[in-house]
Amino acid sequence: MQTIVAYVQNKPGVLNRVASLTRRLAINIDSLTVGPTDNVEIARMTICAHTDERGATRLEASLEKLVDVLLAENISDRPMLERDLALIKVAAGQQNRPHLMELIKVFRGRVVDVALDSLIVEVSGTVDKIDGLLEVLRPFGVLEMARTGRIAMTRGNDLLRPPAEAGQEAAGSKASAEQ
Amino acid sequence: MKLTGAEILCETLTRLGVKHIFGYPGGAILPVYDALGKSKLHHILVRHEQGATHMADGYARATGGVGVAMATSGPGATNMVTGIATAMLDSSPVVCITGQVSSKLLGTDAFQEVDITGITMPITKHNVVVSKVEDIARTVREAFIIANSGRPGPVLVDITKDAQQATAEFDWEASAPKLPVKRQRNNHDQEEFDRAVELLNSAKRPLILAGRGIILSGAMRAFEQFVHTSNIPVAMTLLGIGCFPASDPLNLGMMGMHGEAWVNNAIQEADLLIAVGMRFDDRVTGDLRVYARNAKKIHIEVDRAEINKNVKVDAAIIGDAGETLAALLPHIHERDHGAWLAHITGLKGDSAVRDIQSLPDSGHLYAAHVINDLWKVTGGNAIVVTDVGQHQMWEAQYYHHNAPRTLITSGGLGTMGFALPAAIGAKMARPDAEVWVIVGDGGFQMTMCELATIVQEKINIKIAIINNGFLGMVRQWQEFFYDKRYVATPLVAPNFAALANSFGIRGETVTARKDVVPTIEAARKSDQTVLIDFRVEQEDSVYPMVAAGAALHDMIRRPNNPLVETATEP
Repeated sequence: MQTIVAYVQNKPGVLNRVASLTRRLAINIDSLTVGPTDNVEIARMTICAHTDERGATRLEASLEKLVDVLLAENISDRPMLERDLALIKVAAGQQNRPHLMELIKVFRGRVVDVALDSLIVEVSGTVDKIDGLLEVLRPFGVLEMARTGRIAMTRGNDLLRPPAEAGQEAAGSKASAEQ
Repeated sequence: MKLTGAEILCETLTRLGVKHIFGYPGGAILPVYDALGKSKLHHILVRHEQGATHMADGYARATGGVGVAMATSGPGATNMVTGIATAMLDSSPVVCITGQVSSKLLGTDAFQEVDITGITMPITKHNVVVSKVEDIARTVREAFIIANSGRPGPVLVDITKDAQQATAEFDWEASAPKLPVKRQRNNHDQEEFDRAVELLNSAKRPLILAGRGIILSGAMRAFEQFVHTSNIPVAMTLLGIGCFPASDPLNLGMMGMHGEAWVNNAIQEADLLIAVGMRFDDRVTGDLRVYARNAKKIHIEVDRAEINKNVKVDAAIIGDAGETLAALLPHIHERDHGAWLAHITGLKGDSAVRDIQSLPDSGHLYAAHVINDLWKVTGGNAIVVTDVGQHQMWEAQYYHHNAPRTLITSGGLGTMGFALPAAIGAKMARPDAEVWVIVGDGGFQMTMCELATIVQEKINIKIAIINNGFLGMVRQWQEFFYDKRYVATPLVAPNFAALANSFGIRGETVTARKDVVPTIEAARKSDQTVLIDFRVEQEDSVYPMVAAGAALHDMIRRPNNPLVETATEP
């Protein structure tokens, strides 16, 4: 699994364009998340792809060719944090509710909804952690699950920021690139 | 000054230096056509929108500038798909402008509505829907920059009808392009550069693989200096033909599936390959597992995504071909590769003897004769536009180009029907040049409706149809790999000369070898379009051939037959 972080224009259609590219390159996407940054014009995308380093390098380079992609970086080999978030609706009657809640506490999940025969667990963490909780909940009966897909960030002083805002110089150089 | 969106579009195109637009009107683009009529832009009415895109593509390939095609929404736009993909795979700077239904109707399956941006997403460098009149000028200016910067490619701009009809203040300065600021990668890697220099100066059997990137970069001079300083022989891809004079002794010719045998053998024996502006396409490498196993590889390429895509290389220099070659030049030692060059000449072996040109006259007319005679009569100076198939390969083998942008051919997509419209575009771009179409009877039938465009626009080109009554290249594959089961390859065609006459174009038919040169010469004397139907040998094959998936050195050669046995050294 390779993880690529990209900064893209926060406009309609960009997600479509990135998805279309992965289809064209015949690269299988495990998860693709996109969300706003503190700059309303820029969104941050995390792409987890079932490919090797060579495929990821190709995807990263091809992404950067897209006009709407400002930056794409393969962070798989760097120390990084990865997080996924899941809402899991588990069957839970009077009998097994306490036992369930103990298990959920171990995984540092939270119960965010309770009903007569079920409850909803919210848990975030690495993919392995969420998979682990899922395994443990399965015998009780998983009724429904929704996962966000992974976001990732490099650790410490290894910063990945969008390119600087377009200033006077950028507009000038573009104008001279015409003709 | 308040203008309609349609007028703003025409004014913007004019200011960008556009002179010709190849297009076909329709409901969703009608406001633009009205404004076109009032502008100084020369619109060429085609007969099929596919023709418009190929014309814009031929125009771009002939000059290096942007070619412009225009069509309406729905079927007009979808008819452009093939031409757009053709431009994409050969990195050609084409801007396609399509009309679109009114923005209020988008997504409602309105009359002649298609999501053309969705359809062309994988085959355009960029595309965009414009539904606000204020965005038209800036978007079109940006489209031109995107189409012709870095690695060129097609861009589609889809303009809704209400945007065309609305009015806005037209301010050229205010509509300056505002392309997103991307991260600037520092492509200069001193380690890779130094490694490349070291490899270059120590190689004993080096070979340069030259592709279209050299032509796109305008790097012909730098390339020539590089070759003559290093004394390294050059093999070309199909689209690289013309980047380096064919007459130069260091030019070995085309490599790959139908490249000459000694070129492919030399590649397999080389100890260093220097790839410049080429992408190791499968037509050129054969089986990648056994491709140039003895050779280290240097890749000089502007598109980072191509590095290590097909072939793992030892030194990659990402950058413009001309700039990179100029930077390398001072570090290259002048070497004498005499032994290696003599060895390659030795590899030619009996190739010359087996060549159809050297075989005694059997009374049959071969495509190779026609093309080689055309080369001689035109002095090798014409702009030749080919279609796709056997004739295309024979052209690469028998017409020798010394200048760039004189061979225009669809390589990446291999689009039949490309030649006739592309030649129209090329001639409009270079009206003083002699333009020849070389096309098969199959490909010609795909876009022959554009003969009417030629007449309406009073265009002067020469058309040579290599007519063998078959879809030749497919027939050849059926002969080699399917036991000669000719399924769907025998092809009925009209009498092309009579067809030309019906359009008002002079047509000739040639069946005998002795008539080839006189007919070509007579055609050249005319200042009007002339079509020549050359009836050639029906079951002739392109040799050598590297079968799909075969190793590059594993070539199918012209079989021995009595004719070959009696041939002598030319």
